[in-house]
Amino acid sequence: MKSLLKATAAAAVLVAAGSAASAADVKACFIYVGPVGDFGWSYQHDQGRLDAVEHFGDKLETAFLESVPEGPDAERALERFAREGCNIIFTTSFGYMNQTIKVAKKFPDVKFEHATGYKTADNVATYNSKFHQGRYIIGQIAAKQSKTGVAGYIASFPIPEVVAGINAFLLGAQSVNPDFKLKVVWVNTWFDPGKEADAAKALIDQGVDIITQHTDSTAPLQVAQERGVHGFGQASDMIEFAKDAQYTAIVDDWGPYYIERIQEVLDGNWKSESTWDGIAEGHVVMAPYTNLPDDVVAMAKATEDKIKSGWEPFTGPITKQDGTVAAEDGVTLDDGAILGMNWYVQGVDDKLPQ
Amino acid sequence: MRIELVKRKEQSKAMALLSPVIAIALTALSAAIIFSLTGHNPALGLYKFFIEPLTQQWSLEATIDKATPLILIACGLAICYLSNNWNIGAEGQFIIGALFGSFLPILFPDFENGATLPLMLVSGALGGALWALIPALLKTRFNTNEILTSLMLVYVASLLLDYLVRGPWRDPGGFNFPESRMFSDAATLPEVFGGALSLATPITLVIAIVLAVLLAKTLKGFEIRVMGQSPRAGSFAGFSAKGLTLFSFALAGALAGLAGTMEVSGALNQLLPTISPGYGFTAIIVAFLGRLNPLGIIVAGFVLALSYIGGEAVQTALGVSNKIASVIQGLLLFFVLACDTLILYRVRVISRRAPGGEASHV
Amino acid sequence: MFEAVLLTVITAATPLLIAAIGELVVERSGVLNLGVEGMMIMGAVMGFAVANLTGSGALGIFAAILAGVAMSALFGFLVLNLVANQVATGLALTILGIGFSGLIGEAFIGVPGLKLPQIVIPGLSDIPFFGPVFFRQDAIVYISFALVAAVAYTLFKTRVGLILRAVGDNHGSAHALGYSVIRIRFMAVLFGGACSGLAGAYLSLAYTPQWVENMTAGRGWIALALVVFSSWLPLRVIVGAYLFGAVNVLNLHAQAMEMDIPSQFLSSLPYLATILVLVLISANRRLTLVNTPACLGKSFVPDR
Repeated sequence: MKSLLKATAAAAVLVAAGSAASAADVKACFIYVGPVGDFGWSYQHDQGRLDAVEHFGDKLETAFLESVPEGPDAERALERFAREGCNIIFTTSFGYMNQTIKVAKKFPDVKFEHATGYKTADNVATYNSKFHQGRYIIGQIAAKQSKTGVAGYIASFPIPEVVAGINAFLLGAQSVNPDFKLKVVWVNTWFDPGKEADAAKALIDQGVDIITQHTDSTAPLQVAQERGVHGFGQASDMIEFAKDAQYTAIVDDWGPYYIERIQEVLDGNWKSESTWDGIAEGHVVMAPYTNLPDDVVAMAKATEDKIKSGWEPFTGPITKQDGTVAAEDGVTLDDGAILGMNWYVQGVDDKLPQ
Repeated sequence: MRIELVKRKEQSKAMALLSPVIAIALTALSAAIIFSLTGHNPALGLYKFFIEPLTQQWSLEATIDKATPLILIACGLAICYLSNNWNIGAEGQFIIGALFGSFLPILFPDFENGATLPLMLVSGALGGALWALIPALLKTRFNTNEILTSLMLVYVASLLLDYLVRGPWRDPGGFNFPESRMFSDAATLPEVFGGALSLATPITLVIAIVLAVLLAKTLKGFEIRVMGQSPRAGSFAGFSAKGLTLFSFALAGALAGLAGTMEVSGALNQLLPTISPGYGFTAIIVAFLGRLNPLGIIVAGFVLALSYIGGEAVQTALGVSNKIASVIQGLLLFFVLACDTLILYRVRVISRRAPGGEASHV
Repeated sequence: MFEAVLLTVITAATPLLIAAIGELVVERSGVLNLGVEGMMIMGAVMGFAVANLTGSGALGIFAAILAGVAMSALFGFLVLNLVANQVATGLALTILGIGFSGLIGEAFIGVPGLKLPQIVIPGLSDIPFFGPVFFRQDAIVYISFALVAAVAYTLFKTRVGLILRAVGDNHGSAHALGYSVIRIRFMAVLFGGACSGLAGAYLSLAYTPQWVENMTAGRGWIALALVVFSSWLPLRVIVGAYLFGAVNVLNLHAQAMEMDIPSQFLSSLPYLATILVLVLISANRRLTLVNTPACLGKSFVPDR
């Protein structure tokens, strides 16, 4: 047994010598819930990682683990990162929340950044983007372009972020056409191209001529292309999959945030914060407007500018589905109300799953 | 060229020891080739995959943690398979067990005392056993193929879990996120050995050893083996095939359910829409790798867990994708399954040109 | 409206139908291959890759079939030649297929695919309702029906089918009669692999023309359930596949029409129905004898 240990130790030394310790100043690690090849959520996070690699060059070393199931596997992955010398660890799925907090407690010197969650600690920050700002813009475009006056929304899970997205879309649409209607289909998955395609077809068959989605695959847009209706890309620019059908896409750009936070680790002034930025800060980016008449593009750009100058889509008057007032004229909902949203605005043709 | 198998008169003891070694060597060779082909240092890759996880305390602990549910489930499955009952629905029994184990901390969160955890574990085992008894009863009553019914019930179980977590059992204070409330401390499986391992590990080891003794030394063990090898002989000896079917399914279900409860109570602390990364299916492989012997299963579970941990190590160290890790894992399984043939059979390779003439024996 | 729903159901059902009809032949020969998911995903990635590189959908389909055959050959070698356990080997095949397909597919992520064209059958396609539904489909949909008809005919009307069923029902007697059990089973396994590969190609070339990891999303497992649901009868596989497909599509329509049924309940119906069918046929001794391959999952080693 002893000799085995010795041999192993010798091998370890050899290997360590062979791999030549890297001279990076900071190591940033990423854990993804899906494969980096989903061309959606995890893919965009990995693009953000690559942006950081490009930005920092030799100063930064990165590592990532993909397709890590939420639960004990995630906890182990985080512990591995902490032990392998990561200075900052980005955990990019809501379901990693409890594991992130747990492992962070064990490694107080390592910084953790949890995406989309609500629990923080001294060494755990949270970050998310105001995707609903983009959804307001595509809602406006939908109302301008739709002939039937009904759009279809493929939704994943009835969590506040998704509900806020649906509401923002409809508020945008109603700002153009007050009678605009929205049909919602819950597919109970973030990613299943076949099911998403079927949902798109079902919606089109029920008379919608604009499709939008809060799921990650390109399948709904491909269906839109095939059936001659239109839609919007989700998470990444999906124009290659639907040249005639995509009007624009709400692109998650995590690069600027990752670069900023890694820089703060380098400078020694990283603090635990809850970051929730949107179009103004460049974390939510609208892909080039295509297949649209000039006046609609102009309207979309004007709204973009308005949001950049500080205007918030969830500004009254907003009426809930049940007829009660959610926000008086000119009143803006606070962040907490948006982050915990569990009601529909008037005009959604669906009952919120409770 | 033709391959022919000649049954050995008795199991080859040498091959029983040698075959896993051959399998691992072949896997290492293939892994080295894959690493080279994808432009990585094969020596470093092999070291990270197979050896490094064994050199650090934390990764050893992680490996044991990962192996624990696999071993517990596989032990029960082994009893089923030895007695010719093809239960492949352990995944569903794991899930239902977790549901039964969780109703107490979810529906009665104020029931917090020393009895909470034992009650959860018992009801988890009970739930798994009940779910497993469905295919068993269908088999004994209607002669329905248990492979297929137990598999179908996996889907039903996971849909039921999905429904509960998104609907009635959703955490009222959880912003509509699909998850149950967190379990209280009284409902949490404690850690042992100074926090190094979960209590699930010693429980699992004890059960595995008890089962090993049961199989080797008791009449029940004799019954299981006889009925598996020759049901006719067993019935002459007065053993009941139906009784054994019910027994083995209930036992396997109980162990899977116990594993499920310990997973949600120890590792997750709440119910989520998916609580198992395929433990119930992986355990089937573990049961076979361990040669349907509880002690062998302990080793097999550890080896399989190691392949997960090693896979993660090469991902972070070499930046290879997790696909390479799962390819290597798949190859390992294939080589082990293939090499096990050598225990029961001798392989004769007969070249076509000289039929029956030159035959090389392995 | 009904026509449109039916068209969606056809696309949802076709991959299930093809994979299931292949597995049906495998199981009829007495072999249980649980690796359908793994073979299917390999078909999906190879079909996409080759179609993308050559620009030819036909070559893509061909490559997908080859990929399925290669995977099934590996399975066949282990369980038939080396007498490895079928359940464990099938599961290992799925693990390998998912890993391997991801590795091959890395270069094709985010690449738009090419969609198989519709083959419009002149004249017939103009019939109202039936025309668009049955005569304006892509090649694989037509193939799927041809496959079912061919399998049904071969299994029950030809000598080959008789031998295949004999091997699945009683390998001992078939062997005693002089048939090579291993070779016949190997052929059946390869056929199953070819079908799974084709089903995968349908996913990546017609259903959702793109490559993404894990895009089969459990459809291989559903195909396994379908074989049982159909009680090993080819024509019933069509019913089953379309029923499974329809349940999923109707789930979505029910939502869009504001009906309040938990989706999990509807989704679990096909599985519960499968169990019920299984109980009904096994409770009836005559039906069991006729339909169930008695040697399903049992290894065979010729004595000599």
